[in-house]
Amino acid sequence: MSATILSWSLLIAQILLGIAMAIACFRMVRGPRAQDRIVALDALYVNAMLLLLVFGMRTGSTLYFEAALVISILGFVSTLALAKFLMRGEIIE
Amino acid sequence: MSRLLPYPLLTASLLTMWLLLNGLSVGQIVLGTAIAVMASNVTAALQPAKPRLRRWYLLPKLVAIVVVDIWRSNLAVAQLILRTDQTRRVSGFVIVPLELRDPTGLAILACIVTSTPGTAWVEYDSTQSKLLLHVFDLVDEAHWIDLIKNRYERLLLEILV
Amino acid sequence: MINVAELPAWAALVTSLLVLLGAGFTIVGAIGLLRLKTFYERMHAPTLGATWGTGGILLGSIVFFSVLQSRPVLHEILIAAFVTVTTPVTLMLLARTALYRDRSEGSPDIPPPVSANGKAKAAAPD
Repeated sequence: MSATILSWSLLIAQILLGIAMAIACFRMVRGPRAQDRIVALDALYVNAMLLLLVFGMRTGSTLYFEAALVISILGFVSTLALAKFLMRGEIIE
Repeated sequence: MSRLLPYPLLTASLLTMWLLLNGLSVGQIVLGTAIAVMASNVTAALQPAKPRLRRWYLLPKLVAIVVVDIWRSNLAVAQLILRTDQTRRVSGFVIVPLELRDPTGLAILACIVTSTPGTAWVEYDSTQSKLLLHVFDLVDEAHWIDLIKNRYERLLLEILV
Repeated sequence: MINVAELPAWAALVTSLLVLLGAGFTIVGAIGLLRLKTFYERMHAPTLGATWGTGGILLGSIVFFSVLQSRPVLHEILIAAFVTVTTPVTLMLLARTALYRDRSEGSPDIPPPVSANGKAKAAAPD
């Protein structure tokens, strides 16, 4: 019984996070301005990381944790680089 | 002691991170300690500013306040987003004069303010020490200035020298 | 689905609750990203997913794996610490970028630089 509840709620969480990623993609394509796209990209990274963690729980393996950690680090660096690019027009001055 | 461990807090957090990633065992503690000491000595070449914590025992209080506030404003902002009538809500900029000058304190305050949903740190002017804040649900300007100054800034001023 | 059936009922329920809470806050943040009208309002929406959205799912993961492996599995704390430190930095830089771009374009409803407070609106930086 409790295992059924758990697997259903993990599935629902995955669907919700998938919808959240789709919305972030929509905002990234739609814009209207570059900073909106970057905020959406950042949200997309965070949602992908959360989706991987839920996926790890569904499969009962801790392997996905490393992937989530790498995504969160790369997401941070790329968002910073893009924001810096918008502000100055170049990343390395 | 101070030559081997120029930044004890940094060394301790590196060791904690190593043990969290690799699991707790005697071998990992030895290896992690060696790496943490070496890495913090390498960082010493950069000479990062050393935060001086005077009343460090107040830090847990600050963390508790921030966690509760983030929870509350999560609920508040979620309600505001899901409300059907979006035109009633006004959001706007607020200027907050700050007494805090310490760079570490300002960094902590910036993290607190920005990670709380509903408020975002936009710009800080160090010559006049004024902060430009964007507030999601701007009902009363004085309320937000009061929140920043009395709830967070006073505690940070007490913690840092 | 390896050992999930072995999980005691309380742990399964706590995990479900925390994960659903986290996913719920994240989707509300995404809806905010979709619905809100201006950039500065939209900037607030992803913080929902980055604070209690992430917090709920990470706490659920800690409970799940700690009970499943009957030892404390705490490496999720690393992600929590990392997200706590990085999200404000990105959002602050993005807010400043947006402000800089809006000012240089002379958009209305944008406050002048704080240092020029009290004077007339500062000339748009080139």
